[in-house]
Amino acid sequence: MVKRIVVGAHYGLVDWLAQRITALVMLAYTLILVVSLLAGPAPSQESWRTLMSGTGMRYASFLCILSLCYHAWVGVRDIWMDYVQPVGIRLLMHTLTLMALIGYAGWTTQILWRL
Amino acid sequence: MATLQFKIYRYDPDKDEKPYMEEVTVERDETDRKLLDVLVKLKYKDDTIAFRRSCREGVCGSDAMNINGKNGLACLADIDDLKQPIVLRPLPGLPVIRDLIVDMTQFFKQYHSIKPYLINNDHPPERERLQSPEDREELNGLYECILCACCSTTCPSFWWNPDKFVGPAGLLAAYRFIADTRDEATNERLDNLDDPYRLFRCHTIMSCVDACPKGLNPTKAIGKIKDLMVRRLI
Repeated sequence: MVKRIVVGAHYGLVDWLAQRITALVMLAYTLILVVSLLAGPAPSQESWRTLMSGTGMRYASFLCILSLCYHAWVGVRDIWMDYVQPVGIRLLMHTLTLMALIGYAGWTTQILWRL
Repeated sequence: MATLQFKIYRYDPDKDEKPYMEEVTVERDETDRKLLDVLVKLKYKDDTIAFRRSCREGVCGSDAMNINGKNGLACLADIDDLKQPIVLRPLPGLPVIRDLIVDMTQFFKQYHSIKPYLINNDHPPERERLQSPEDREELNGLYECILCACCSTTCPSFWWNPDKFVGPAGLLAAYRFIADTRDEATNERLDNLDDPYRLFRCHTIMSCVDACPKGLNPTKAIGKIKDLMVRRLI
């Protein structure tokens, strides 16, 4: 195979934009949580359960988990792109990161939705 | 007359096994105001020391080097502002040819990759292609780049991926032509940069802005490129 430096993957913009949008989603979720906790009854297992089990909060939590994982994917991938030069190892790191994040997303959703 | 103390990076690949820092003292005359004045004097004293310089007034960009840990032009650096010993190293991230001279091939390769010239296939007018004063205003802060490489060689993203990341100097030049209303290749130029390496290795740390001896702002230009891409996408 010829050894040429090839660039032009045409996907940088969407990820860059998504990272900013997901950051806003996480910020909004954090604010919702803080306001709910401050405005609601004293923190207890029961008040947490009530807060997190509402349909709206379930939706928001799921959105936040997805946003966190997408945000982390772009960020961690950036680190691999910066520092890991051999393409094979970089592909492996990308794959492992994706697998871990997808697993975390499912696991976190399962934990929060069963409340 | 005062004595100035220097620590200078020395490396002659024909003689030296590896680079080393040489301690040198130079007598400073009252007329010596800039670092380059003293370096030229040092060159008379020891003609083996190698560095580039040409216009000595901040226009050619030849004498870019790492001065006390920060990239800059020797001809613009006031000696009075420099802490002694003055530590001089070649621009970081590029291969050293000898002493303070670096091989800028990679830097110029990236610069050329953005097609740094006006693309307009219309029949050329009798005299010149005109712009409104407002359109011309947009080019201020872009066209002044002297390609000294101070910005790109202070950018960690350029250090890690100099073969793929265009770098702040190249991206500033890219926006100079994207912003030019006389240029007709805006879409092609944006396509050329829409890549996780070519443009999006920039993590907005603004090291380039800090280093630019001409006071330019490549980060702002990069932001405007991204802004145009978003507007094109949405």
